Amino acid sequence: MAFQTAVDIAKQVASGSLSATTVLEEHLSRITEREGEVHAFNLVTTESARATAQAIDESVAKGRPVGPLAGVPIALKDNMCTRGVPTTCSSKILEGWKPPYDATVVTRLAAAGAVFVGKTNLDEFAMGSSTENSAFGPTRNPLDTSRVPGGSSGGSAAAVAAGFSAASLGSDTGGSIRQPAALCGLVGVKPTYGVVSRQGLVAFASSLDQIGPFTHTVADAALLMEVIAGHDENDSTSLPQPAPSLTAVLDRGVKGMRIGRITDLPEGCEPEVLTRLDEAFETLRRAGATIVDITLPSLSYGLTAYYLVAPAEASSNLARYDGVRYGLRVDAPDLNAMYAATRSQGFGPEVKRRIMLGTYALSAGYFDAYYGKALKVRRLLADDFSRAYSSCDVILTPTSPTVAFKLGEKTNDPLTMYLCDVFTIPTNLVGHAAMSVPFGKGAHDLPVGVQVLAPALGEEQMFMVAAELERGR
Amino acid sequence: MTTPDPSARLSRDVVAKVARLARLDLTPDELDVMTNQLAGMLDHFSDIDKLDLADVAPLAQPLPLKNVLRDDVVVKGLDRDEVLAAAPAAEDGRFRVPPTIGFQE
Amino acid sequence: MSNATSAPSNSVALPDGWEMVVGLEVHVELDTKTKLFSASPNRFGDDPNTNIDPVTLGLPGALPVLNRRAVELAIRLGLALNCTVQASTFHRKNYFYPDLPKAYQISQYDQPINVNGYLMLPGDVKIGIERAHLEEDTGKSTHFGGSSGRIHGSDYSLVDFNRAGVPLVEIVSKPDIRNSDQARQYVAELRSILLAVGASDAKMEEGSMRVDVNVSVRRTGEPFGTRCEIKNVNSIRAVGKAIDYEARRQIDVLESGGVIRQETRHWDDAEGRTHTLRTKEDADDYRYFLEPDLVLLDPDTEWVDAIRASLPMLPAERRARLSTITGANKESEAVYVIVERGQDDYIATVADAGGDASRALVYVTQAFAEEGSTPRVPAADLARLTILERDAKVTATQAKTILSELVANGGGDAAKIAAEKGFEALDTSAVEQMVDDAIAAQPDAWAKYCAGEEKALGAIVGAVMKASKGKADGKVVTAILLSRKG
Repeated sequence: MAFQTAVDIAKQVASGSLSATTVLEEHLSRITEREGEVHAFNLVTTESARATAQAIDESVAKGRPVGPLAGVPIALKDNMCTRGVPTTCSSKILEGWKPPYDATVVTRLAAAGAVFVGKTNLDEFAMGSSTENSAFGPTRNPLDTSRVPGGSSGGSAAAVAAGFSAASLGSDTGGSIRQPAALCGLVGVKPTYGVVSRQGLVAFASSLDQIGPFTHTVADAALLMEVIAGHDENDSTSLPQPAPSLTAVLDRGVKGMRIGRITDLPEGCEPEVLTRLDEAFETLRRAGATIVDITLPSLSYGLTAYYLVAPAEASSNLARYDGVRYGLRVDAPDLNAMYAATRSQGFGPEVKRRIMLGTYALSAGYFDAYYGKALKVRRLLADDFSRAYSSCDVILTPTSPTVAFKLGEKTNDPLTMYLCDVFTIPTNLVGHAAMSVPFGKGAHDLPVGVQVLAPALGEEQMFMVAAELERGR
Repeated sequence: MTTPDPSARLSRDVVAKVARLARLDLTPDELDVMTNQLAGMLDHFSDIDKLDLADVAPLAQPLPLKNVLRDDVVVKGLDRDEVLAAAPAAEDGRFRVPPTIGFQE
Repeated sequence: MSNATSAPSNSVALPDGWEMVVGLEVHVELDTKTKLFSASPNRFGDDPNTNIDPVTLGLPGALPVLNRRAVELAIRLGLALNCTVQASTFHRKNYFYPDLPKAYQISQYDQPINVNGYLMLPGDVKIGIERAHLEEDTGKSTHFGGSSGRIHGSDYSLVDFNRAGVPLVEIVSKPDIRNSDQARQYVAELRSILLAVGASDAKMEEGSMRVDVNVSVRRTGEPFGTRCEIKNVNSIRAVGKAIDYEARRQIDVLESGGVIRQETRHWDDAEGRTHTLRTKEDADDYRYFLEPDLVLLDPDTEWVDAIRASLPMLPAERRARLSTITGANKESEAVYVIVERGQDDYIATVADAGGDASRALVYVTQAFAEEGSTPRVPAADLARLTILERDAKVTATQAKTILSELVANGGGDAAKIAAEKGFEALDTSAVEQMVDDAIAAQPDAWAKYCAGEEKALGAIVGAVMKASKGKADGKVVTAILLSRKG
């Protein structure tokens, strides 16, 4: 089913040829129809969405200027703070908590005329690759509801794939946008670390987290990036650059570009996934690009580095959920008992596992053997990429080794689930840009995503390549 | 206190101690499962032990920003009553917590 | 060391063969308008939880941004303490406590902003400063109910986050302090420097300056012993008392064959003793790691140089200058007091106006205690008074009377006041005549004095004073008598 793109909606709403209210009601009716089976949302904000759409229609009618996303229905991953609207991270520990402030991305989208339709489900605190680790039940893949949408931003991916919203925002700590985008047949972008403000994004692993869009098309992704990116003085790790101009580069083609192909790609990919990747290289070669063989010897160690660094930071970031100031408290006669009762009942098993792993990796006597070593592997990986990018402009890999898998298929062994992230994790560790573009079908006629990796602030060439792949698929 | 040995297989006692540090209550069964799962992961993560990392500088942050500073200007903050209304327990303009047994700084 | 301060005046002497080793950790709240990482007010004494924001409360998604002014004040302090200012980073110190909103404190750890400084104490004693680093303060818990009102056995606690996130600098001395006098001098000198550079109001009673004391003892020449950290030392006087108590306690334990455990102890000022707060056996595991939400702090040379250039004259230098101007010892009480009050510039102005600086030091010390750094009496007016006295136009007693008038009226012409009060000067020849008359009138007393009986002089001086109706200058009279004695 082809849904209207964000670019199209915004253009028509701004011109007055289509009302924001009509657009919204179409999306709301699809929510009514399918949300019961998909469970993309923790909360659908019907009334405030209608009010926003109406306000935009009034502005258009009165000839007032509207923003670049006027009337575009957008869903937000439920780990982004929305003033007065519950923000749960799909965790019992934050159930019912209403932030007293908006995340920077929320403010920017609202100013651009976006219509927020709701807060989407995720793996609790964004820890997972299937959205099965939600305290409020799993999200299902709209393309095959026996399967997962990927994760952790599975709700945001499913919302766009099911036509519940024209676009959505997710957060990506180790692939949490790109992998669900691949599994749901969408475009998903993990911007360069520091390009999009993290202010108001509930932290999982602060040195890895980035917010990015899910869309049907590369042009839609470029449009959203132009709205949400750019310096924010409330985030110390925000880069000083303004938002990149991406919609302008989409038609430039890839003539003369050098596309890196990893010769020592980690094993474990489904054969169809590898075939699609080969076809993607061929598409770019035909469009005038050169394919360059590269090696990234440390790539496979990224998984270990990630699963030490991310839990370590998470163990600290999630320590604030202590039942003192907000969120859940489980009463107990003394302070430490209250802490432990609150946290034990408030967090799910995967979150506890990662808090334990991270606490261990940082603790006295183990720091050097685990966390300290992981940071050194991170450096090796950054050095590998620097070398690779001296001979190529972008690198192509699969996004996910497999197409969407069945619910429950990987829940018994956490490690198997972690292996889903082998291609997406390295980007976060080095802070580079990456995006997943749908490129044909794999097993069970399910979508396959190709991942375009680019160096830090390489968004322009990344989007040029993504647009070419979109044209050539 | 015994000196930790990172190369030894993860023990249930160490996992119990980590749970205390993280303020998590684990039942004996949960402790067993957790010990097994973490030990399995650590085995897998030992792949990096074969790398020669002696002369590698750690990388904790992806991008080299520096001197991000804010002017010393007051901005209106949060309303106390609103914040306390959302707190698990409040009294007399403050957050109320159970008594401390066993002082920790 | 063989200087004045190595024989302490207030310190309790330790038994022969024992030495104490003391290091101080001083936390000071920086005098900024806002917090270290957020824009809420940094203000003492407001209603609880009124200076809060998402960062202060550790709300999900809130991010810290470093306060430029706090960095500047930290650098000012570092430079004033002769530290090297270097590139620095922030770490997270992880532990659970209700007054710590994020369950971690952001603090500088292995790369602090200021390192390797020192501070000079009287007698040219140099105390090393290991580091002076930035960190955020915690909130405040108050414990209620229970029998004791103390933390153990309370029924519940209430938490106020106004103080959470207030910028602190922690100044860590090297273990160079050897007695409680030095410790008190160190704290007093540090406080003067903090005030001089405007880094903090340094009020121990309000907690904007907090001193933790590390004490160990050893037999002379042996390695350092196990140290105990003493908290709740809330005044400079208590610093001295706590150290003397603790050193004595440790020696008693060791001499009776015991061992010192590394622990944190609490100073009970009312009881005048320390007691165990907690032991370190279950060693704190703070899991320090680099704070990923903040970036490198690397002040460029131009910034540091500009801060250095803007530093005022520091107390030690000001005492040296005052000593030079007045001829008083730079370690004298008066010199310390005047510099502490910030009245040394005033005395310099009196001297510049042609006044007698040594007389001015006495006047200002005695009469201007309530006046602050800019006394209302114009320096020129005080200068004239010192000259009248120096030139023996008025007596010391008369000068004091005139000084009171000047203070009461916020200034005035000393000569005019002298005239109004009938303090017209007696010229020396008139006094000489009176002296000769008094000698002639009391030959016995004069003979006794000449024979060496000093107190016989009293009768003669008394007679001169009576004859002059108190207007003769005692010093002049004495000088004439000496000359008559031959």
